[in-house]
Amino acid sequence: MQLIRQHKSFLSGLIVPLTSILFGFIFGAILMLAFGYNPILAYQAMIVSVFQSPYFIGEALRQATALTFTGLGFALAFQAGFFNIGIAGQALAGWVSAVWFALAFPDLPRIVLVTLSLIIGLIIGALWASIAGFLRAYFGTSEVIVSIMLNYTALQITNYLIRNVLSESGNSTERVGENANMGFAWLSALTQNSRLNVGFFIAIIVVILYWVFMTKTTAGFEIRAVGLNASASRYAGMSAEKNIILSMFLSGALAGLGGAVHGLGTFGNIFTQGGLPDIGFNGIAVALLGLGNPIGIFFSSILFGVLNIGAGFMPNQAGVPDEMANIVIAAIIFFVGANYIIRYFLDKIAAKKEVTNSASQGGDV
Amino acid sequence: MTTKLRNLFAIGASAMLLAACQGQDASDTGSTGTDDNDSADTTETADFTLGMVTDEGGVDDRSFNQSAWEGMQVWAEDNGYSDDAVAYFQSNDPQEFVPNLNQAVQAGFDIIYGVGFQLTDAVKDVATANPDQHFGIVDSVVEEDNVVSLNFRDNEAAYLVGVAAAHSTQTNKVGFIGGIAGPVIDKFEAGFVEGVKSVDPSIEVDVQYAESFSDAAIGQQIAAGMYSAGADIIYHASGAVGNGVFTEATDRMESGSETELWVIGVDRDQEELGEYDGGNLTLTSSLKGVGTAIQIASNETKDEGFQGGENLIYGLAEDGVGVTEGNMSEEAWTAVQEAQEAIINGDIEVPEAPVAE
Amino acid sequence: MSELEHVIEMVGITKEFGNFRANDNIHLDLRKGEIHALLGENGAGKSTLMNILSGLLEPTSGEIKVNGKTVKISSPDVANELGIGMVHQHFMLVDKFTVAENIMLGREKTKFGYIDRKKAEKEIQALSDQYGLKVDPSARIENISVGMQQRVEILKTLYRGADILIFDEPTGVLTPQEIKELMGIMMKLINEGKSIILITHKLDEIKQVANRCTVIRRGKSIDTVDVASTSQQGLADMMVGRTVSFKVDKKPANPKGTVLKVKDLTVKETRGFDAVKSISFEVQAGEILGIAGVDGNGQSELIQALTGLTKSSSGTIELAGKNVTNLKPRKITESGLGHIPEDRQKFGLVLPMSLEENIALQTYYQKPFSNHGFLNYKEIKVHAKRLIEEFDVRTPSEEHTAASLSGGNQQKAIIAREVDRDPALLIAAQPTRGLDVGAIEYIHSRLVELRDNGKAVLLMSYELDEVMNVSDRIAVMYDGKIIAIVNAKDTNESELGLLMAGVSLNDAKEQVEGKEKEKDAVDSTT
Repeated sequence: MQLIRQHKSFLSGLIVPLTSILFGFIFGAILMLAFGYNPILAYQAMIVSVFQSPYFIGEALRQATALTFTGLGFALAFQAGFFNIGIAGQALAGWVSAVWFALAFPDLPRIVLVTLSLIIGLIIGALWASIAGFLRAYFGTSEVIVSIMLNYTALQITNYLIRNVLSESGNSTERVGENANMGFAWLSALTQNSRLNVGFFIAIIVVILYWVFMTKTTAGFEIRAVGLNASASRYAGMSAEKNIILSMFLSGALAGLGGAVHGLGTFGNIFTQGGLPDIGFNGIAVALLGLGNPIGIFFSSILFGVLNIGAGFMPNQAGVPDEMANIVIAAIIFFVGANYIIRYFLDKIAAKKEVTNSASQGGDV
Repeated sequence: MTTKLRNLFAIGASAMLLAACQGQDASDTGSTGTDDNDSADTTETADFTLGMVTDEGGVDDRSFNQSAWEGMQVWAEDNGYSDDAVAYFQSNDPQEFVPNLNQAVQAGFDIIYGVGFQLTDAVKDVATANPDQHFGIVDSVVEEDNVVSLNFRDNEAAYLVGVAAAHSTQTNKVGFIGGIAGPVIDKFEAGFVEGVKSVDPSIEVDVQYAESFSDAAIGQQIAAGMYSAGADIIYHASGAVGNGVFTEATDRMESGSETELWVIGVDRDQEELGEYDGGNLTLTSSLKGVGTAIQIASNETKDEGFQGGENLIYGLAEDGVGVTEGNMSEEAWTAVQEAQEAIINGDIEVPEAPVAE
Repeated sequence: MSELEHVIEMVGITKEFGNFRANDNIHLDLRKGEIHALLGENGAGKSTLMNILSGLLEPTSGEIKVNGKTVKISSPDVANELGIGMVHQHFMLVDKFTVAENIMLGREKTKFGYIDRKKAEKEIQALSDQYGLKVDPSARIENISVGMQQRVEILKTLYRGADILIFDEPTGVLTPQEIKELMGIMMKLINEGKSIILITHKLDEIKQVANRCTVIRRGKSIDTVDVASTSQQGLADMMVGRTVSFKVDKKPANPKGTVLKVKDLTVKETRGFDAVKSISFEVQAGEILGIAGVDGNGQSELIQALTGLTKSSSGTIELAGKNVTNLKPRKITESGLGHIPEDRQKFGLVLPMSLEENIALQTYYQKPFSNHGFLNYKEIKVHAKRLIEEFDVRTPSEEHTAASLSGGNQQKAIIAREVDRDPALLIAAQPTRGLDVGAIEYIHSRLVELRDNGKAVLLMSYELDEVMNVSDRIAVMYDGKIIAIVNAKDTNESELGLLMAGVSLNDAKEQVEGKEKEKDAVDSTT
C-alpha cells in the first residue's frame, strides 16, 4: 500500500507514540468531563504529586525498572516475529526462583548472592519461555496459545511452591536476608526510603546491551531478518528453529530477570498470587509504546511508572475514582495499540503536503 | 490480567461500570452528602481521620474491603464528621501496597488500616519507617507498637453457615469456593466443612479454590461446575470472585433450574446479590465485622488512646462475626442458633484449619 | 464523436520529490476509444504519472484536462467522479469477501441503513454480462483465480462509473491463456466506448492491442507513436535509449567437468504427492542448462530440493563432488551454490532492511563481515558499495531500504550478492520476471559471463524465449519428470512447445517435421 509508508526519521518516529499519549490524555479528559470531574485537577494530582516528592519519583522509577525488563523481553521476541504473551508467567518464574535461591543460600556474600539470584531468575524465565519456542520450532504450535497456557501453569506452580515448599502452608515466604538486599542506602536516602534499587542501573545497562545485541551482533541481525522476512532468511541459510528458540529464550531471560529484580528489589519475598503480575502485561504495552526501540521502551516504562503511581493520587486529591484513573491509562494503551489509525491519519496529512522519500526513489514499486 | 487491560477491551463497559461504582464507593468524593448529615456537622473539620488501603479486590468487591469501607463511613457519620474524615486507597497490584500506605501517611490520617493479610509485610515496613504513625492490619498480625491487629474467628461463622447448608440441601451435596488458599481462607473452609459434617457426615462437600480474590469469571466457572455436578448450595469465601458465583446461580434459576439453588454470602450481608426474577437465592451470609471492628478500634483510640501492639480477636462471643437469617427455613435457623449457643458456651470448638486427608 | 476527441490531456506534468524529478515536463493525451500504451523502463516515471492522474499524487506543475476542461485531481475520489478508474497491479481485494461485497466496498448501496446486496449483485451481474467478464458476483475472492480477481478489479472501476481505465502492468500475473482473454476484454471495453491507458513494458502486448504508444524515459516523455507503424525493435530502442539486442550474444559453450549431478531425485510437495519424480541430470562447468516447462510441473520443487529448502524423499544431489542431499541450506550454499530465487521480494530480500544488509545476507556471519559474533558494518558497507558500483544497482545510497529500489535494481542486488560469492553453480529461477528489456538484457549477459568464466548455471524459466536464448542445453519438465534434454541450437519453439505439453521427443520431432513438410507442400503448390 502506498499510503502506509515507513517513517524513517527519528522525529516522525516519535510522533506516533507522542500522539498516542496525547490522545489518551484527551480521551481521559473528555470522559472525566462527561462524568463531572475536573480533568485539569486530576492530571495535576497525577503528575505534580509524583514529581513533588522524591519518594514517589523513586517508586515510579522502581516500577519503571521492572517494566523495562519485561518490555524489552516482549520487544525482542516481537522483532523476531513472535508474540510472547507469556511475559507475565516468565517474570513470575524468575521471581519465585530468585527468591527461592536467595532464601536457600542466605549466607553467601551479598554481591554473589544478589548476582546469582538474578541469574537464576533469568535462566528459569528463559527456560520457561523456551518451552513455547521449542514447541513452535519443532511442532509448529502457536507460541501465543502455548505461552498463555504457560502463564497459568507458572501461576499455579508458583502458588503451590509457596504453600508447600517455600513456607509452611502460608501465603508468603519469609523475607530474604540482608545479603540478598538490592537496595542502596544512598539511593533510599535520596528518595526518602523508596524501594528504588540497583535494579534500575541494571535496567539501564540491559537497555544498552539490548541495543548492541540487536544492531551489532550476527545473532541480533538474524533475529531481525527472521522477524522481517522469515522466508528470505531461510533462503539465506538462517535456521528458523534456532532463531525461534533463541529469541524466545532471550525474551524469557529478560522477563525472568525483570521478575527477579521485581521480586527481590520490590518485595524481598514472594506471596501467593491472585493473578499474573502486572509487570507482564504492562511490559507488553510499554514495548508497543516504545515501538520496539530500547530507549523508547525505557522512557515508556518511566511514563508508565509515573502514570501508575500518579493515578493513586487522583481519587483523594481530585475526587476522581480510581477506576477513572485506570481508564485513562487504558485509553493511552488503547491509542498506542491503535497507532495504526494515528499513523494512517498522519500519513494522510503528510501525503497531502509532500510525499516521503520512498515514493521518489522508484516511480514504480 | 490487569484491570488496565480489561478496561482496554471494554472501555465502554468500564465507563458504565464506573457510573455504577460512583454510586457505591465514590459517593464521598463527589456529592456534598447533605442528606446524611446536618450541614452544621459537615462544615466542621474532623479532628480524627481514618484511611484504609485495600488489597487487590478493590473497595467495591461487595465483600471484605467494601465491608471495611462501609464501616468507616458509618463511623464518620456516627461521629458527626464530614466525608473527608475517611478515605480509601485502592491497590490494583501488590506492588502498590507500600506506595499507597505512604500516600496515606503523607495525607496524615490518624489511623491507617491495611485491609487483608496480603498487606502484612507492607504495613510492617511502613510502620517501622513511620514509628509515630498509627496503623491497623486486618486478618493478620503485625507485632509493632504502632500497629493494632484485628482478627476474626471466621471459622465460627463458617461453621454456622455449614449447619445452615446441611439443613437446607436437597441433593446432599454442597460446595465451597475459596479465594487463594492459605491460613485465612483455611478458617472458612475448616469451619464450613465441620459445620456441614456435624449435621450429616454423609453430605458431600466439594471444595475448590479460585486462586484469586478478584476474578469473577473464574468464580462463575467453578460454580457452573459445582452446580452441574449436583451441588445445590455454594458457600464462597473469595471476595469479588463470589460475584461470579451469584451470577451463575441467578442465571440458572432464571432459566428454570429444576433444583432450587442457593449461594451463601461472605463477610457482609450479600442478600442483594441473590435477587432474581423469582425471589432471592442468598441462603444466608456469614458476617465478618470488619467495619464494626474498625469502628470499635477507632473509637477506642480516639477516646482512650491507641491499643498499639495488641491483637484484637473478634468471634461469635464478641459479636465480631455472625450469620444472617437470610432465606433459611425455620428448622435451619433454629439449628444455627443452637449451634451458635454451643460455640459461645464453648461446647463446640471449631478447628481453624482443615483436617489433612 | 470525432476520432480525435481527447478525453484526457496531460500537459507539461512535472513532479518533484525533493531534488529528484520523477516526471519532467511530460505530455500525454488519450483519445476517446483508443488503447494508449505507456511504455517505459522500471523507474522511468510511469507509475508516478498515473498516480497523478488517479489523484494519489499532486503534480508540482503542469495541467490536466479531462474532456477538454482543466481539472484539479486532488484525491482518488475526485478522479472517480471524473470517470477515471485504475486497475491496480496488486489487487486490493478482501479475500474472505464475495466479489459483490468487494465491488461494493466503500460504495455500499443502502436501503434504510441495510446493505441491499441483492440489488447490487444484480447490477454487477449486468455489468459483467455487458462486457463479457463472466464473473460470478457471489463467489468468494479466495476461491477464484488470479485472472478472475483482475476482472473483479475491472468491474470495480466500471461499477464506479469509470470511462477511462488505467491498467497498471495487467499481464504480469496472468497465464498466457488469461492474457489472451484480457486482450479480448480490453477490445470489448473500447467497443463499448471506454478509453484505456495501458502501462506495460511488454512490447508484444503493445503491438497486439494498442493504437498509440507514449514512451517515457527517465521521467521525460520521448515520443508518442502510432503502434501500427513502429516495430518492436523501434519501441525498445526508444524506451532504453540505445539499440537493444533481443538475441543474447554468446560464444559456443565450453563445458568442462560436472558441477551438479542429480540422480533419481524424488521430491514430495506439501500435500504429499510426488512433485518431482526420479529425475537425473547433470550440469557442467561452463554451460547453462535451462529448465523449460509449464508452471506447476515440478520445477519449483526441484529447485527447493537443490537448495535445501525442501527435503527430497529419495535420490542424491552432488555439488562440486560433494554429496549435499538434504543438507541444510547454509551447508549447501557454502559448498558452492548461488541462488536467485523465484520470488525476489519474498525470498531474495528482506525489504525493510537496508541494501547493505541485504547484500550481506548470505555472508554476514563470515569474516570480515563479522568478528566473534559482532558485525563489522564498516566492511559490510565497503563491500556493498563495491557491488553497487560493479553491478550498477541504482540507489541513492547503500543505506536505503531494499523496498525503495525498483524491481530491476532489487534483482541486480541479489545477483550481485550471489555472483560475488563466486559459486560453482548458480541457480537462477525466473530471474527476469517482471523486468524491462534493459534489465533483462543485463541479467542475461551476466549469466552468460558467468558461464564463460567456467561456472555452471541452472536457469529455470517459464518463458520459452528466455530459455532458448540463454541456455546451452534445455531440459523440459513435464509432470515431475524430465521428458527430454535437447541442445538449444538444435531445437525450436514448436518442438519445445510439444515437449512441454508432454509429447515425447520422437513424436515431437515427427510432428514438427510433418508440419514443415506440409508447409513445404503448401509452399510448393502456390
